[in-house]
Amino acid sequence: MTSNISNNIKGGPLTRLLMNDAAGRRLVLILMAVSVLVPLSNLFMPEGSLLHVSTYTMTLLGKYLCYALLAIAVDLIWGYCGILSLGHGAFFALGGYAMGMYLMRQIGDRGVYANPDLPDFMVFLNWTELPWYWLGFDQFWFAMIMVLAVPGLLAFVFGALAFRSRVTGVYLSIITQALTYALLLAFFRNDMGFGGNNGLTDFKDILGFDLQADSTRAALFFASGIALVGGYLISRFIVTSKLGRVLIAIRDSESRARFLGYRVEWYKLFVFVVSSMLAGVAGALYVPQVGIINPGEFAPINSIEIIIWVAVGGRGTLYGAVIGAVLVNYAKTYFTGAFAELWLFMLGGLFVLTTLYLPKGVVGLWAQIKEKYLSSGGSAGSSGGSSTGGNPSDSPAPGTEKAEGKA
Amino acid sequence: MLSVIRQVTLLLVTLCFAVSAQATAIPLKPDSELHAMAQQLIDAGYKEKQALTEALVEIDDPKTLEFSQVLMNGDLYYRKDDRVVVIKADDAVTAFFTGDEITLENKRDIKKIAVNNSLRTILRAGIARMQIFSSNADIRKAAAVNLLKSADDIDSGTLKEALKNETDDDVKEVLLLVEGIRQLEAEDAETRLQGVEALSGSLYPDVRGALANYVRAAEADGRTEEVKAANVALEKIEAYLRANSVAENLYFGLALGAVLLLAAIGLAITFGVMGVINMAHGEMIMLGAYTTYVVQQLMPDHIGMSLVVAIPAAFLVSGLVGVAIERGVIRHLYGRPLETLLATFGISLVLQQAVRSVFSPLNREVATPDWMAGTFMINPALELTFNRLYIIIFSLIVLALLALVLKRTLFGLQMRAVTMNRPMASSMGIRTGWVDALTFGLGSGIAGIAGVALSQLTNVGPNMGQAYIIDSFMVVVFGGVGNLWGTLVGAMSLGVVNKLLEPWAGAVVAKILVLIFIILFIQKRPRGLFALKGRAADMG
Repeated sequence: MTSNISNNIKGGPLTRLLMNDAAGRRLVLILMAVSVLVPLSNLFMPEGSLLHVSTYTMTLLGKYLCYALLAIAVDLIWGYCGILSLGHGAFFALGGYAMGMYLMRQIGDRGVYANPDLPDFMVFLNWTELPWYWLGFDQFWFAMIMVLAVPGLLAFVFGALAFRSRVTGVYLSIITQALTYALLLAFFRNDMGFGGNNGLTDFKDILGFDLQADSTRAALFFASGIALVGGYLISRFIVTSKLGRVLIAIRDSESRARFLGYRVEWYKLFVFVVSSMLAGVAGALYVPQVGIINPGEFAPINSIEIIIWVAVGGRGTLYGAVIGAVLVNYAKTYFTGAFAELWLFMLGGLFVLTTLYLPKGVVGLWAQIKEKYLSSGGSAGSSGGSSTGGNPSDSPAPGTEKAEGKA
Repeated sequence: MLSVIRQVTLLLVTLCFAVSAQATAIPLKPDSELHAMAQQLIDAGYKEKQALTEALVEIDDPKTLEFSQVLMNGDLYYRKDDRVVVIKADDAVTAFFTGDEITLENKRDIKKIAVNNSLRTILRAGIARMQIFSSNADIRKAAAVNLLKSADDIDSGTLKEALKNETDDDVKEVLLLVEGIRQLEAEDAETRLQGVEALSGSLYPDVRGALANYVRAAEADGRTEEVKAANVALEKIEAYLRANSVAENLYFGLALGAVLLLAAIGLAITFGVMGVINMAHGEMIMLGAYTTYVVQQLMPDHIGMSLVVAIPAAFLVSGLVGVAIERGVIRHLYGRPLETLLATFGISLVLQQAVRSVFSPLNREVATPDWMAGTFMINPALELTFNRLYIIIFSLIVLALLALVLKRTLFGLQMRAVTMNRPMASSMGIRTGWVDALTFGLGSGIAGIAGVALSQLTNVGPNMGQAYIIDSFMVVVFGGVGNLWGTLVGAMSLGVVNKLLEPWAGAVVAKILVLIFIILFIQKRPRGLFALKGRAADMG
């Protein structure tokens, strides 16, 4: 799927897709450049050279790319359809588990117990045979199908139930949170056959390539970059299509869209399933790079963090989600390293400040400043440069915010 | 006259001395029968000890019971050089007759007064007899319950006598069971069946064990009639036990429901009445629990009192933080529920980290006052803890008070008016801003009170609020938003269902099942069990 699009990058439909999307064009170009240049510099520049990117940095950046894809998935439903899912981490983790199961099977008899048929943790639990749901994961293609199918199916079932009975707004948010919480509890159980508390780890290789090798890491990084570009283009395609218009209508007034004759629940269901699959792909690319998947990924707080990436970047813009995910995660890496104590204060502060003062995120900051200066004639608010410069009462009413999201 | 007085005084003084001398001499009692027996035991071989022990348990001395017990447990020693009898418990050595602490220079200075199995049998029977005739009913009952394990420790004559003398009904019941167990081993079938009859329906585990053994023996001998009778008796016991475990789970479920109620009731106000999703609600609970901890640190000598002080303190702390959050953040976000959700989530992270920085990330120990500890026994197989009972009562009191505030006070009236129609309330002269702040403060304060209660049940740590936030939302959504009655029903039913599922499915699966149930339930009734009707319903 992803390679297909990258091959056609100069083709007709794509130029049309990006024609009115200057920021998107820039984003795609930057991402393409990054996903080519970073692996090249890692592999071919001598170590110690200024242009050399260490494997550690590359893996870290690869992680950010996966998060960015996840953020796009959330922005697609939250920014364009008003579905605030507090459980999207669950789809990410499910995709990750599907990939983890494949990697687990690749270990073969090189595990601690050297059992050719069973992963280590099953030997440890005295299991005698592989559970049925592990069958097929020896095959890469099967695992890849599952990466899409498992999150997609869960999203389909869950979404069909929720949207058809018109569970909306905060109720939906809360039951998505319950969903990921239930999965968290379930995956912690050893009986589930997914490694319980420890999850899946100690991976050796993927498609026969050593996971520790720089070249494999570079390839994974490249794949993540391409997947992100692909995810962006798919999402962009959806939101600019006719269907996307309906989604935005649903976001702004669900009942009005329904009264106009649109089957609101099917539109929502479609975009929810697509979003869950994107999240699943992000998880699948994430796992081989970090080398572990455990139930902690289902924790409700992870899902909520995704929301803040999108909110910080700018909801309803797609490229804003990418920027937000990279920014927040870079800050997280930096602050948890430098001032571990401060990180949660920072993150919490980000939540409060972005919702209060940055309703359109950092990508909307420029417009916000301009608007402020224009409206006050440049005489009153001279300190409006910082993100906290705006007066809370100046923050636009929900109506204006939504109207601009359409543009 | 004077000399008479002097003489009397002198006499009194001498008497006093004599008395006090005797007072110190009493525990020594070098000539007491027990002491003499101890000295004899030191020198005796196992053969002589047999007779000596039989005599020992007959000695009429208040210390005989303790002496026999220590001897049986092998903790009785004597010092080699002066033949003082001592008890050795762990590393402490005390003289048996005087109770003095003795420090040993060498471990070899003392020697054990050894007993073997046949001596132990004699001692055990003797001890049982001494206890069974004790003047204290509790000791008698404990002894009788012990006899259920080994009914042969007592001979039938003693048992009959004990039964005849027994005045306490509880003890008598247990003694009858002991008799029943003994009858199971009788020679003739009639007596055995009587024994089965006596044991039927008793909840003591030992009785059940004895009956099960009896069934096995009877099956081996092919005594079908008795097997049938015993199985009926066992069946009756099983039925009682099942009822018991259901009752116990019900109790646990109500207690869990009470915890959920306490946690959710504040949310029912902020979410249900105001429509504000307060993700920092769990942290309000945490603040309440930490307030309890701080109050206890301030008054370490009055643990029992501290809990009472902590309730208003926690209400104030959490309530004030709640008002601050409402004025600082939420005020700007009314009508944008999803943004409110995010902002309050940020606040919850900040509060967690603040507590972590101030108090350390480790769990804090909150002491449980004595009046909270303890259990009350319903029957031999069912004991219920007091603290759960208190929590149930407490949660109901809080709910009742809250309902009273909402229905009977001016503030409650204004609050309901603002919820129903804000512009109208405002034009009637109600300061809606203040009502909002106070309402939010009230909800947060109640969460703080919940924290006080939870500090008695679970660990107090920076993350404790997180554990309750999802459950609380489930309760409120399940019960129906904006409805205290729904919150009560929702909390109790979720608690009970959870605990009733637990023995069948395990704790984690039970929880997952409850979550799935709620997810499905919301599909069916998106506005909860007791949905608001009319105009207010549209605003959700």
